[in-house]
Amino acid sequence: MKTLLSVNQLSVAYGGIHAVRELSLTVAPGEMVCLIGANGAGKTSTLKAVSGLLEPHGGSVHFEGRSITRRPAHEVARLGLTLVPEGRGVFPLMSVAENLMMGAYARCDRAGIAHDLDRVYTLLPRLTERRTQLAGLLSGGEQQMLALGRAMMARPRLLLLDEPSMGLAPLMVQAVFDIIRRIAADGVAVLLVEQNAHLALKTCAHGYVLENGAVTLAGPAAELSTNPAVRRAYLGE
Amino acid sequence: MDIFLQQLINGLVLGSVYALVALGYTMVYGILELINFAHGEITMMGAMVALAVIGALALAAPGLPGVLVLGAGLAVAIPVCVALGLLIERVAYRPLRHAPRLAPLITAIGVSIILQNIAMLIWGKQYIPFPAILPQARHTVYGASITNVQIAILLLATGIMLTLILVVRKTRLGRAMRATAQSRQVASLMGVDVNRVIAATFAIGSALAAVAGVMVSAYYGLAHYYMGFLLGLKAFSAAVLGGIGNLAGAMLGGLLLGLIESFGAGYIGDLTGGFLGSNYQDVFAFFVLITVLVFRPSGLLGVRGGERA
Ligand SMILES: Nc1ncnc2c1ncn2[C@@H]1O[C@H](COP(=O)(O)OP(=O)(O)OP(=O)(O)O)[C@@H](O)[C@H]1O
Ligand SMILES: [Mg+2]
Repeated sequence: MKTLLSVNQLSVAYGGIHAVRELSLTVAPGEMVCLIGANGAGKTSTLKAVSGLLEPHGGSVHFEGRSITRRPAHEVARLGLTLVPEGRGVFPLMSVAENLMMGAYARCDRAGIAHDLDRVYTLLPRLTERRTQLAGLLSGGEQQMLALGRAMMARPRLLLLDEPSMGLAPLMVQAVFDIIRRIAADGVAVLLVEQNAHLALKTCAHGYVLENGAVTLAGPAAELSTNPAVRRAYLGE
Repeated sequence: MDIFLQQLINGLVLGSVYALVALGYTMVYGILELINFAHGEITMMGAMVALAVIGALALAAPGLPGVLVLGAGLAVAIPVCVALGLLIERVAYRPLRHAPRLAPLITAIGVSIILQNIAMLIWGKQYIPFPAILPQARHTVYGASITNVQIAILLLATGIMLTLILVVRKTRLGRAMRATAQSRQVASLMGVDVNRVIAATFAIGSALAAVAGVMVSAYYGLAHYYMGFLLGLKAFSAAVLGGIGNLAGAMLGGLLLGLIESFGAGYIGDLTGGFLGSNYQDVFAFFVLITVLVFRPSGLLGVRGGERA
């Protein structure tokens, strides 16, 4: 099977503290993969290192066969790998429409941008109503939708999502995951980081379990969700 | 009535120069939360370089129309200041971007002292007169007088500020600047080359400073290696007065400071029964500044927590 993203022996350290140790994972084109783990397991650090926000301490990252290890974030983003960061990261002082246009910042195909904007507004009607509103005034759920819409505007081939369900009411979590599935249905691969392991394993085909910065279990999501250790630690049994 | 109108004109002219310089402070602060104390010296460099070119041209080709000579001065001063601004950012500020905030502040003060000394070495300590190349026509409006230079300053400054607003609001670069000001990390995730955007911000601010430097020297008829200090301090105050980080605030703050100074100078004698003369105009300006900040610490248009660009 061809791989879209391949992470090899990735290590991340803050000062002397190792947050990620020799982590390896792969994502195939169009595949949905999740990375689950407790607070402080190193999920965010992994995504930051992959997307170029952090310099890894060791290891390598390849995207579509090319090394993106130690490439700055803006170059990685332009290659078609988009991270929706923890806490959404909308631009609070920009309108909803301007936030969406920022998603398409690196593109110059006007027709394609207009088409994708239409699609985002169709998929996320809540954003249409709030087009001119400042993003900072949106509710948490609306901000998450905006962050997803903005990521769609980049037309990525791989979407990295850092805890999209964080702080949202159950109904809103459902809505957000519906959108994620819709995006994936278009053929966009997704690497999903979640604390809500139940939802993540239900949504994705493949999963990795992260503990103290290292992968302890990996496999098809269906297998992981029946694994007794996973059920005990992450599914609350 | 004519005194009032006269002070209004003088204040607006002075204020629009302050506004141009204040914009440089506020744009850099908005993006880096850095007070670029060398900015006043860039203004001074603009004036000095332009004067050197203008002086040389006036000697070499005395028949040349004044506007052309002035244009040549600007055409050299602007790129020199832009290069200087870019160099300072690259050498003095970028390496310290993740250092504690006091470090770049101290570097900024160091850079401004270096620039003053360079200017002093090149051009000496004396006041350099602005050659009489511009037609000194004076127009009388309702009893107040306005010179060609004043009219030119007002028109040019207004044009530049409107263009800047348009660039920041409507263009791709402007959007990237605002995004970078709100979050450098997230902007980079959108594909924005943050280092280039920061460099562009320094370049724009330095170009405005060059123009402002030429305006001041044309207005007062002289330039001096130390002129950037007080001018920079006032423009910085104007930016704080308007709410630092806020473009409209810098414009408003600049105009207000110019008006306060000019009216202060005009009326301070009457107000204090002749106790204080117009030479106290600087004190007056800073007094107003402090008063405003006591009641509105974030400045007139600033939002608490600092609204950006
Ligand atoms: N900037 C930083 N400086 C120092 N240590 C950090 C930094 N960021 C994260 N860490 C540490 O690295 C480890 C992994 O953090 P990380 O944010 O990657 O975890 P996470 O799995 O995303 O956790 P959460 O579920 O709470 O978001 C933690 O021990 C954390 O304290
Ligand atoms: Mg995290």
